Amino acid sequence: MPAIEILGLEKIYKVGFWRKQTRRALHPLHLTVENGEIFGFLGPNGAGKTTTLKMLMGLVFPTAGTARILDRDWTEPEVKAQIGFLPEQPYFYDYLTAHELLDYYGQLSGVPAKDRKRRIDEVLARVGLTDVRGVQLRKFSKGMLQRAGIAQAILHDPKLVFFDEPMSGLDPLGRREVRDLMEQLKHEGKTVFFSTHILSDAEALCDRVAIIHKGELRGVGAVADLTSSVQGKVEVVWQGTQVPASMKALGAECHITGDTVRAVIADTQQDAAIDALRRERLRLIAITPLRTSLEAYFVEKLQHSQTTAGTTV
Amino acid sequence: MSARIVHIASNTFREAVRDRVLYNLIAFALLLSGAAIFIGQISIEIERLVVVNLGLTAVSLFGVVIAIFIGIGLVSKEIEKRTLYTVLSRPVRRWEFIVGKFFGLAGTLVVNTFFMAIGVFAALLYVAHKFSSSDAFILVALYFIVLEFLILCSLALLFSSFSSPLLSAVFTFALFIIGSFADDLRGFAAMTHGIARWFATAAAYLVPNFSALNVISAVAHQQSVGGQVVLQNSLYALFYSAMVLSGAVLIFERRNLK
Ligand SMILES: Nc1ncnc2c1ncn2[C@@H]1O[C@H](COP(=O)(O)OP(=O)(O)O)[C@@H](O)[C@H]1O
Ligand SMILES: [Mg+2]
Repeated sequence: MPAIEILGLEKIYKVGFWRKQTRRALHPLHLTVENGEIFGFLGPNGAGKTTTLKMLMGLVFPTAGTARILDRDWTEPEVKAQIGFLPEQPYFYDYLTAHELLDYYGQLSGVPAKDRKRRIDEVLARVGLTDVRGVQLRKFSKGMLQRAGIAQAILHDPKLVFFDEPMSGLDPLGRREVRDLMEQLKHEGKTVFFSTHILSDAEALCDRVAIIHKGELRGVGAVADLTSSVQGKVEVVWQGTQVPASMKALGAECHITGDTVRAVIADTQQDAAIDALRRERLRLIAITPLRTSLEAYFVEKLQHSQTTAGTTV
Repeated sequence: MSARIVHIASNTFREAVRDRVLYNLIAFALLLSGAAIFIGQISIEIERLVVVNLGLTAVSLFGVVIAIFIGIGLVSKEIEKRTLYTVLSRPVRRWEFIVGKFFGLAGTLVVNTFFMAIGVFAALLYVAHKFSSSDAFILVALYFIVLEFLILCSLALLFSSFSSPLLSAVFTFALFIIGSFADDLRGFAAMTHGIARWFATAAAYLVPNFSALNVISAVAHQQSVGGQVVLQNSLYALFYSAMVLSGAVLIFERRNLK
């Protein structure tokens, strides 16, 4: 049973005073998140990550599409007792103390009174807010609010958590702690779905990621699978204005800019390429292995979309 | 009633208390004791009349201001500040949120009115030195004032669920003023003819009838209020606020949060 099934959710915002103009935030999205995995929802700012999460939480209504969460229709209120949500840059009732806030949220989530105190103490300790439990939230810094946000998301021991940019507003140590916490949640058998625009946060952590850009899904898969398409490749750069036939024979994709040519080939053909260039008496400028990180994949995916967008205009 | 409504209502009450809303009681106490001492200097005949009139009018106006000023922000402020995200992502139905907010504000006003009522009776005792049996009708007048608050709370909530706090304040206050002259409006509608009569009558009966809820002057003149009127006013206020609250729920159920 998948934890989340997004079945064509789509969002077109109506904007302007008369709500006549439209702005598409999300193209129909199809995505499945399996039980027990840490799933990264990746994309630059404005990609549509927050919009997707808000639709899943029932905060905004989709233009079209549905979803299933924990094998139930996503609009059923009972589903929400089993999920936790950390909004982007969370903000809370600032007249409450951290402890009062969690107590209130525990009541709303239906945590029985006898368990509430224990649960609150546990999650406060877990996010490192035990010392400031009696402090009003209006005195909290951005990082502390982020921690309070994580605490309220896991307070009621949900099976599935949604975190929107969980590392934002945190210092390096805090980011590390949040990463550890997500890993612990996974070990406890929970499913973690989180969005980020920072790739390094996702790379080490995620079982699978989805990449979204301008409201469109660009790729889904295990990090290793996604990066394999650029794995074991090198970029060869030389001076010249054309591509010799011997290089074409190696199956290189070439780009000519000014008087330099760039070609991407498999690293096993590196020697053959050097021989070919030498035979043609062309001046070799550089041979660099392509980065095999998610970042390389990300850059490639997004660049691709920009060049195609550029040619259609 | 679901436990969540009770929790939302008590959190709304707690917010009002921490925002120092009840400090208005200090202003009320100062006003009333000043007036009582001042009136104590003049003739014994009209002392009671003035204290009851002034006291109850102040109870009503203080409460109206609180109802409007808190009510208009109940929903829109939570949307604006995004505090609703972590509430509505829990097993809280949107209608429960609206109803909880309503009871929270109504509760705040009931508590506030309770303390002000003590003040009114204290001032009355100060100038008249004893209570008379007709003073019991002051309680009826206070009850009607609370009914007025219920209607206002629901109206403020309705406007708060789709417009900005400023516009909500304007709408609610305008309805408060118009509603205070609802009787005159109905009389006026009866005098018009044709299609105008239709519209005037509809408008006169749609606006909240606050004039029927105002028995301050009658009570100050030691007139009695019949049981029939109490029943009618109770049913009217409950029905009216229930309808307005349903409207607020219908709008809020469809709203995309910012
Ligand atoms: N309430 C809204 N009204 C109109 N447009 C919106 C609204 N919220 C978001 N958008 C637009 O939708 C797009 C996606 O935004 P968002 O989901 O916040 O992206 P992300 O979280 O990936 O940064 C952006 O172009 C943004 O301007
Ligand atoms: Mg976002």
